[in-house]
Order: sequence, then structure tokens, then C-alpha cells
Amino acid sequence: MSFLDPVKGFGVTFATMFKTVVTEDYPKNPEAPAERYHGRHQLNRHPDGLEKCVGCELCAWACPADAIFVEGGDNTDEERYSPGERYGANYQINYLRCIGCGLCIEACPTRSLTMTNEYEMADDDRQRLIYTKDMLLAPLLPGMEQPPHPLRLGDSEDYYVKGPELLRDRTANRTNSEGPQ
Amino acid sequence: MTSTLPAATSPAPQDPPGLVVPEGHVKLTIDGVELTAPKGELLIRSAERIGTAIPRFCDHPLLEPVGACRQCLVEVEMGGRPMPKPQAACTQTVADGMVVRTQLTSPVAEKAQRSNLEFLLLNHPLDCPVCDKGGECPLQNQVMANGSGHSRMVDTKRTFTKPLAISTQILLDRERCVLCQRCTRFSDQIAGDRFIDLLERGSSQQIGIATDQPFQSYFSGNTIQICPVGALTSAAYRFRSRPFDLVSTPGVCEHCAGGCAIRVDWRRGEVTRRMAADDPQVNEEWNCDKGRFAFTYVGLDDRLTKPLVRNADGVLAEASWTEAMSAAAAGLATARDSAGVGVLTGGRLTVTDAYAYAKFARLALRTNDIDFRTRAGSAEEDTFLARHVVGNTPETGGVTYTDLEQAKTILLVGLEPEEEAGILFLRLRKSWRQHGSRIYSVGAVKTRGLTKLGGILVPAVPGAEPGVVAGLADSPVGEGLRAAHAVLLVGERAAEVPGLLTAAAQLAESTGARIAWVPRRAGDRGAVEAGALGSLLPGGRPVDGPAARAEVEKSWGASVPDRPGRNTGEILAAAAAGELAGLVVAGVSIEDLPDPTAAAKALAGVGFLVSLEIRRSAVTDLADVVFPVAASVEKDGAYRNWEGRDRPYDATITGKGTLADARVLDTLGVEMDVDLYTQTVKAATADLQRLGAFTGPRPTLAEVPDRPTRPAVEEPRGFLLATWRMNLDGGSLQDGEPYLAGTARAEVARISAVAAAALDLTDGSSVTVSTARGALTLPVEISPVADEVVWLPGRVAGASLASTIGAGHGDRVHLAAATTKGGS
Repeated sequence: MSFLDPVKGFGVTFATMFKTVVTEDYPKNPEAPAERYHGRHQLNRHPDGLEKCVGCELCAWACPADAIFVEGGDNTDEERYSPGERYGANYQINYLRCIGCGLCIEACPTRSLTMTNEYEMADDDRQRLIYTKDMLLAPLLPGMEQPPHPLRLGDSEDYYVKGPELLRDRTANRTNSEGPQ
Repeated sequence: MTSTLPAATSPAPQDPPGLVVPEGHVKLTIDGVELTAPKGELLIRSAERIGTAIPRFCDHPLLEPVGACRQCLVEVEMGGRPMPKPQAACTQTVADGMVVRTQLTSPVAEKAQRSNLEFLLLNHPLDCPVCDKGGECPLQNQVMANGSGHSRMVDTKRTFTKPLAISTQILLDRERCVLCQRCTRFSDQIAGDRFIDLLERGSSQQIGIATDQPFQSYFSGNTIQICPVGALTSAAYRFRSRPFDLVSTPGVCEHCAGGCAIRVDWRRGEVTRRMAADDPQVNEEWNCDKGRFAFTYVGLDDRLTKPLVRNADGVLAEASWTEAMSAAAAGLATARDSAGVGVLTGGRLTVTDAYAYAKFARLALRTNDIDFRTRAGSAEEDTFLARHVVGNTPETGGVTYTDLEQAKTILLVGLEPEEEAGILFLRLRKSWRQHGSRIYSVGAVKTRGLTKLGGILVPAVPGAEPGVVAGLADSPVGEGLRAAHAVLLVGERAAEVPGLLTAAAQLAESTGARIAWVPRRAGDRGAVEAGALGSLLPGGRPVDGPAARAEVEKSWGASVPDRPGRNTGEILAAAAAGELAGLVVAGVSIEDLPDPTAAAKALAGVGFLVSLEIRRSAVTDLADVVFPVAASVEKDGAYRNWEGRDRPYDATITGKGTLADARVLDTLGVEMDVDLYTQTVKAATADLQRLGAFTGPRPTLAEVPDRPTRPAVEEPRGFLLATWRMNLDGGSLQDGEPYLAGTARAEVARISAVAAAALDLTDGSSVTVSTARGALTLPVEISPVADEVVWLPGRVAGASLASTIGAGHGDRVHLAAATTKGGS
């Protein structure tokens, strides 16, 4: 027991003032999470806006928490949501159940389902925590068109593999066709 | 595994101790395990018996071996010499001294199987995630278990247009097909509908249909179930769910008197699909398309969910159960005490539900006026049912499916098995194909269904059948019936011709052939057993027998009315005439009744009408109180099939809050101060079993009713009508399933070539069939029909003949070439 003991604690305080801050200024200046952080899911699109999801339910099958519900639907030439025969007509993820394990992402055969870094999903209403397809679908980027619409990138067989390539071709074609004017 | 059969011959000295080779068996070695097998057994089955599963796609125990997929290759050694190449275990039969090495012990067999799997996958698309078979696919399972992780195929795969609709229901994806030919073999061997076959050669070999003929078979759904890949799928189930979503519950089909075991797959309180279950005694592994696809009627918008009571303004309004119960009880009690109440139950009830109606009629309504038939009944039929049908079960020596399979001679009277009892048709076909039975049918039309049974038509124009049947005793048919293993199958339609049931019964009695009755609906036979019939109390006790009645009274602890009840036609006539003040009607469509117009009038005019239904109908619209009841899939229960076999099942969809008829009647009974003890299936079954079967004398058929002989054809255009209901004809239990409806047979009028020439008609031209009550126009199909007969389907464009032309089997109709737009 020394007489310095009462101020010893302050020593830690003072020393810390000169160290790097470990707390974050949330929510004013939220920091980006790690690049591969398992955040909210997203249903991705092909470059022309068609959905990548084929409604195969493998994500639902893989889910250890039974948080995903999917129902398939039949694409027709008149009403097409994805390349190929089948699309996800109904898609729901229950974030009350989701444990963020990412097994669904691994199961997805079309890279339709991925996870974003978004983590702000707290709510006080259970109903609002069941995310439906419209909430999960990726936003339409420039050049994308809201489905249903026909295949804009040509042959459907090459859609998955050659998507980016086809997009480049299309952009190139467009610039070429616009070029002479 | 060693055989446990008793040794017929002493074991050879070189046999190891314990392994004896019975007569007709051979000894072989599979993977070092010695076993005996009956001569002619396929290697793949012998291997199964010792627990070795040899992979296979084309092999199916109920189809003939073909060796098409080459997946089951094994190494075989005979007499110490190995066969030069691996052999297909599904076509190779066992032989004495054979040494077989499967993939478990032979690297050659293992490599052959692995290579074949790679070969099958060459052109197979990797679209498992979107394929309806994905998750329950033998090919997928096989590849996941034994296949290679990557493909050596670098070229573009062969592609086809997909999917190709080969009927409105069946979709064909030729890319996925591995050409195992299960579907074509099923259609050819089992169903006899060879509408699909292999086309082309080499890598473009594919399954296909003729350009002008879709896959219009009543049994086409089975090909989907046995397809080992996702090449055949149904339009109804397309992309609806994945197998791992579904809960599978065993069930029993509610569509006909066949009593098929089914598997009901459901999700979120809704049935998504139905499959045939395996029941070797009844349906083997098959069912018909109606049993497989017709289940959507349960979830249609017109489904009743709340009781309805007609209020003071005469409007049917939703009411509470309590309110509806007291209204129904008060109304029925008043009607009972004034002129009496009749009960029409329809033929779709489970045994316990039918029993509840039978008991409710006798105790609460104090009447025997109850009938399960929606067709014309007669005293003759009542006697026939009491003498030859009720109480006959497989346990008491009744005719069974297996008996039919082994029968030598089968006579069909008033029965078109393909249309009226699909699974019976398949068994009869098996009987003919595999056991060489001779099948005869008494009727006016040589149908395709009869041809597929290898059957011989005993010609009889409508109305003349009793005479023809009576005359059979001294014919070659009679010879066949007198020999052992002869069966006479009588359809419910036989009751429409006066004297036919008696003639059939007398033929059976005089020849010693066994006789069985095949009704059309699933609940008909159960209703007879449960006493939902004016002349019979439960267990086949005749109402007019004091001893029989006393047994029932003792068990029920209440008195039972002694006057035999009226049949459906008489009940409706009495209601129209005011001799009945009330009616209780369950599951009856007005237009199924013999005279729909009069029936609708009777129901509209009767003082008090209570209806128990699952969906809104013409009857519920006229009713004073409507109780919503549980559909077959929502309740426990049991059907009796035509054999008399008990087919119990548990509810598949629970938690909907719907109540079975027996439960509703039990509560209604309490409201009317009567205890029925039918609140649960268990209680009702126990109550019925306590009564047991009637052991007293059965009525005799001594009093043969007059056999009315039809007058000979006088007017040149007066045709005799032959008709029966088709398997798929837009009946109310097929509602909500357009893909299935699309596979129904075309509605045609069948007449002979002679008649067509006389009427100046050709194949395909339109003919107008008319009576004093109405007319309808149909295309003509020239068929092997008697010259004075026209055959029409029982329902045309969704309306029964009774409601359109007011005519039935044996009536005279007028035929003329259609005057307006011809449809050739």
C-alpha cells in the first residue's frame, strides 16, 4: 500500500489519452466492417436486370436455422424474370432466425445470393424483420431493366458464365452503332 | 443369406454345411457369399437379398427386364470361366455354380459402372437446381455417391427444346433422359397405352409421341414417378416445391372403389402432389392420373368454412356452429314429427361417416329412408347387395385383386374397368398378360379398354343383357366359369338394367364362379356395410328381419324403425309429393341423380333441407342449414374398396378446424337428444365393430323380377343408348386441375359403320342425339358397336346425360346428322 495508489488509476486514464481510440463513433461516423463481414443478404441481378435467382431452394435447404423460404415459379416468354425455365417467385429471409453463417451463399448455384456488409437490421417489429424478395433484390444499376423482360444479352445458355462479357459486347455494340451518327 | 426353405433334396456332399439347395433353386456366389436362388431369378434381385445394391436405372421389379441403361454391370464367372465382358445384372438370370462379383469386390465391375455413369452424364444437363426431380433423383444420388467430381466432356452438350408437353399434364425434357425406357415399357406393358416410344437413332435417340397423338393415357402419371431422372415431370407440380420441403403422409385415394394406397406430399397446410404408394395387395406401385392429380378441389374458393343458416329474409347467412346446430335440430325434429325426413348420403363417405348417417337416420330421424346411391336403385339391387356383397371381405374369402390375377376366366357385367376402376383395369391386364386369363365382357361396345385386356365381347344391346347373361351358362363362357378360378365382376351399372343383377347372380350360383360387385365411388361399399341403405342395417342386417333388428336395437339401446326405407328416387319423389317434410343431403350433386330436374324441384320444395358439404353446390344453395365438413384429406377414416378391404388412413392436413360428417352428426344428435357415439373415428369404429357382421340367413334371389324385353328396333332412327361415366369427365372432385382435364378422352358418339352409313355420317362428322327432353351434338366415331346402339360418355361438356337429354343406359334416343356447323 503506497500513498500513490489513489492516483495510480488515473495513470492508466492519462496514458490512454495518448493511445489510438478503439471505440467507434457510432452512429455518427460508422466504420465499414470487414470486407467479408456476413451482413444482410442480397439477390443479385444479371447485367440486363434479370434476376439470377432460379428459385432452386438450395439456400433454404442449406440453412441450419430454417430462416429462408423460397417458392419457384415458371418463366414464360411473355413474363420472364430470370434466364432459363425457373425463377424465384417468392423469396423471404427471416432475420429473427438468420445466424449469418453464410451456408446459403455457398449453396447458391448461380451466385444469386450473396451477403452485403450491411448490419443495421435491428427493429422492434418481428414482421418487419422478415425480408421479402423486393427488399432483398439488388438495386437496378444503370443499364439494368426491371424484370419481367426478355433476355437482352442473347443466348440464355451463356448467361451465367459470360454475363460480364456479354455486357461488354452489348456496350461495345451500342457505342459502335452510336458512333457513326 | 442362406435359404431357410425346407430341403426337397438332400444336399450334395460338396455343399458346405447349412446351405441346402431346394427344388427349383440354384446355388451361386455373389461377392464371396454363397446363396441359393430360385431358377430364373435375376442377378440384381439375388444380390438385393444378400443386401448388395447394384446400381440401376432401367430395372423395375414390375416391368420386364430390358438392360437399357447398362448401369448394373457386374463380373460373372460360369464354370470357372469368366464371361468375356461385364454382364448386366438386371437381365442376367442366375445359374448353378455362377460366381458373381459386383462393384464391391470387382474393380472391373466398379470401373464399368463408373464409366457408364460418366457416359450417361455426357449429354445430361447440369440443371439439377431447377429440375423437379432434384433431391429425389436416382441419377443425382448415384452421381453424388459414386460419380466423378468433374466432367471430362469439353464439347457442347446435345440440346433439345425443353420442356416438350407430350400431353397437357406430362412434360418431357429430352436432354435429361437416359433412355432407360421405363416410361415406354410401363405404357406398353402395364397400361397398354403405347403412345410414347423411342424415336431416332444414336445420339439423337429420344422419347417422343406421334405428331397427331398426345400421351393420352389414364395412367401417364406413373411414368413420372418411375422416371429415374427428371425427364418426365408434371405441369401441375412444375416448380412448386423441392422434395425436402415436403412432408409425406400415407393416404388412401378417395376417387374410386379401387382403394389405392397413395402418398400425399404437402407443405404449409396444402397438398402439393400425390404419388402412388406401394401396396402389393391392392395397387402394386401404380395409380391412375385422377388419383394422382385430382386433389385441388379441396382448396378452391367455393370451399365452405362456416355454417350457413337461412335467415328470416330467406337468405343463407353465415352463422355460428351453435346457432346452426339448434336451427338444424329444431327444423329436423319438426319435419320428422310431421311427415318424416329422408337422408341422401352420396357415395363418397368414409365408413364411419356413412355409419353416422345410418345411425342418425334410424335414431334421430326414426326412419329407414336413407340411401347412399346417387343413381337409380331397386329392390333387386338391395337383395343382390344383401346376398352377394355385404360382409364379403378378403378375410371371409371374398374376391381380391390377387384372385383376379390368378383367375382363369373373368366375366365383366356392366363394368368398363378402364373408365370406372382404373387400378382394377391394370390388374386385369396383368392377369391377362402374365397369367393368360380369358376376360369376357357383356356389353354393346367393344372398347379399347377391353381390347387392352385381350377381352372378348359378349354382345348384348342395352336392356337385353339379362337374357344374354342367363344364356351364357351353356356357352363356352359358362364352361370357363364352371372351371376353377373363375370370377364374375358386376359393375354398379348393372343395377340400371332390371333383371341383370339377378341374372348375373344366378349365373354365378349355377356355375360356381365367384362374384364381386364393383361400385364406382370410394364410399359405396363402405355405405353398404355401414347400413346407409333403406333395406339394410349396419353389418348387413335386413331391416325386415326381427332378429337382425333386435341385435341392432340391443347394441344401440334404442328402437329401430321396422319399415324398410325408400331408395334415392323414391325419397326424392316423396319429398316432391310432400310425403317427406325434410331431407338431409351429403355430398350429392343434383345432376348425378337419375332425374336432375325433378330432383332440383324436390330439393327446392322440401320443407327443411340440411346439407353437409365441403363446397358450395346446387344443394347448399337450396338448403336451410349448411354444415361445412372436412374433405377426405383433412380427416381420419377408412374406405372399403370393392373387395371389402378396409383401407384406413389418417388425416394429412390437420389444423384447418374442419369436422368430419360423423362428428357434426354426433353433435346434431345430441341437440336432438340422441347419442350416436360417432364423435371420433375410433369411437364410431368401435361402435360399428361391436355390432359385428350379421350371421343370420341372407335373403334369396328367388323372386326374379320381370325381365323386360326391349321391343325390336321399329323406328329406323331410334337408337338404344349405351353409356357410362368416363374416368376423367369434369366431375366435381376434378375441379381446379386444368392440366389433368386436358388429358381426358375426346367426347364422341360411337355408332357402327352400318348406322353411320344409314345416317349419312362419316367418322368425325357431327351428330345430334336428341330425346323429347333435350339434344346434344357430338362428333361421331365409327366403332365396333351393335347397329342399333349409340354409345355416349356419361357426361358431355361437364353435364350429365340425365341433365341434358334426360336419358340413361337402355333408353331410346334419336340420331341425326347435325344440321348446323359440321365439325369434320
